[in-house]
Amino acid sequence: MLEAGFIIKSLIILALFGLTLLIATYSTYAERKVAAFLQDRLGPNRAGPWGLLQPIADAGKMFFKEDFIPSQASKWLFIAGPCLSMLTALMATAVVPFGDSVKYTTGPNQILTVPVQPIDVNIGVLYIFGVVSLGVYGLMIGGWASNNKFSLLGAIRAASQNISYEIPMGLSMIAILMMTGSLSMGEIVSQQHGGNWNIFYQPLGFIIFITCAFAECNRTPFDLPECETELIGGYHTEYSSMKLGFYLFSEYINMFVSSAVISNLFFGGYNYPFMDSVHQFLTNNLGAIAGHNVATLIGTVVLFGKIFFFIFFFMWVRWTLPRFRYDQLMNLGWKGLIPLAMLNIVLTGGAILFLKPLITALLK
Amino acid sequence: MVYDILYFNKHHTSYTIHHTPYTTHHTPHTPYIIHQDFKTMADKLFYFLSFLALLSAMMVVTAKNPIHSVLYLILTFFCLSGHYVLLNAQFVAVVNIIVYAGAIMVLFLFVIMFLNLKQDDEEAKTNLTKIAATIVGGTLGVILVAVFRKAQLGTYNPYSFNSQVGMVENLGEVLYNDYLLPFELASVLFLIAMVGAVMLAKREVGDRHF
Repeated sequence: MLEAGFIIKSLIILALFGLTLLIATYSTYAERKVAAFLQDRLGPNRAGPWGLLQPIADAGKMFFKEDFIPSQASKWLFIAGPCLSMLTALMATAVVPFGDSVKYTTGPNQILTVPVQPIDVNIGVLYIFGVVSLGVYGLMIGGWASNNKFSLLGAIRAASQNISYEIPMGLSMIAILMMTGSLSMGEIVSQQHGGNWNIFYQPLGFIIFITCAFAECNRTPFDLPECETELIGGYHTEYSSMKLGFYLFSEYINMFVSSAVISNLFFGGYNYPFMDSVHQFLTNNLGAIAGHNVATLIGTVVLFGKIFFFIFFFMWVRWTLPRFRYDQLMNLGWKGLIPLAMLNIVLTGGAILFLKPLITALLK
Repeated sequence: MVYDILYFNKHHTSYTIHHTPYTTHHTPHTPYIIHQDFKTMADKLFYFLSFLALLSAMMVVTAKNPIHSVLYLILTFFCLSGHYVLLNAQFVAVVNIIVYAGAIMVLFLFVIMFLNLKQDDEEAKTNLTKIAATIVGGTLGVILVAVFRKAQLGTYNPYSFNSQVGMVENLGEVLYNDYLLPFELASVLFLIAMVGAVMLAKREVGDRHF
């Protein structure tokens, strides 16, 4: 027996899965267009109008290329590498809220409220952190299984970089958790109602977090695992065909996921200023249920606007900043970001203990 | 279980997997559990995870390639996390994945990749080693059997047992109220270990960089 709420939830999950893949596909197109814009070129413009069919042409090319496995490679691990990369990239969206909630009438005076979020576990932030920490296995296993010095070096770089930048990332999240008092993503987002976004309380935490997000996604200026001037192609030197495609594609999915997490943790997710008046206006005009659903849709559109801005920001940085040297990367992570993140925790604790009672006392 | 996961609402701050109440009465906040179906599903998951955990733990020992051993060990940790989720201890499950699978195993893999072990480098085992290993392993096995043969399994009353005890809020309250001193002492121990590791790894003045 299938119930309405079950069907709605399944549809939400399916739609989000499809959207993730679609956005990642068109991020490759956007990346080339943004690169072209920043370098004063035209970019892809042959396949379809404005080159819009370029990602599909690329995917077709990837599928029909020769799939080559080096003879000395560890065959199963060589195949498992890109699969793991894709898997861990796609797992993280499971706890990210993409909207408020959908209301649905199941009977007279029975209204079902389904949150627009695949699952809201009470440890959502930790779940994302866990999935992020697993993301490095695809790179490590693929790099090792290729039986190539450059791939191995890329894999080892990926591992040490990932571990180093996980620590400041976790510490900058802790400051957010101290403020919200919850590990659930849905709860963290709903506490930033209206324009009460975390970025206004945690600017330092945001800078640390986004730096670590760049490092965890292996994006320039931290793309040392695939640094082509030193390592040919890094961990994916030996890969060809759709296996290479999976590695490149998982990077874009990771970018989308980190943009979504940043928007949710620091920029209010689906919340926007004056959302209550919009909600009031819509429910007055369209009725309680339809108005609420339209308001939810507007919130989701706002969230996607934020996500697209951060994806653009990722590309903007990639085509602006040069790559770090490896010792600079390590120094930044261990000697720069970790002490800063700890300072941020101490400052947040101090503000919660002393500043907050003071402000509430003054407001009275 | 599917229903229970999907019908989450904000008052009920988790997707709970009720392991204990195999009764037919419905708990008020999770009306969608069909307990009889769930029992079989939890049992199936338990047996599947146990089988996988034992199999991968065996493979850790028997695999020839050390990289494969590490990967099987990671699989074992995932199975253990699955067990924690079945026991409604989600925090422990995720922390197990973050700490063991996400950090310690990455370092294991890292070191073994550097070692560049080949299969023919395997050190030859003499008969003496084999006999000694058999005796030690056998003794350990006998001790385990002797201990667990008379072990009493703890019993829980399914009606009064608090299924939310493994949630992060409850865990934090217990840790910071009842076990504050041991918890802080453990932190100090970790700090000392960290300082010691840094001291050991630090280069003396005049040491060469590689």
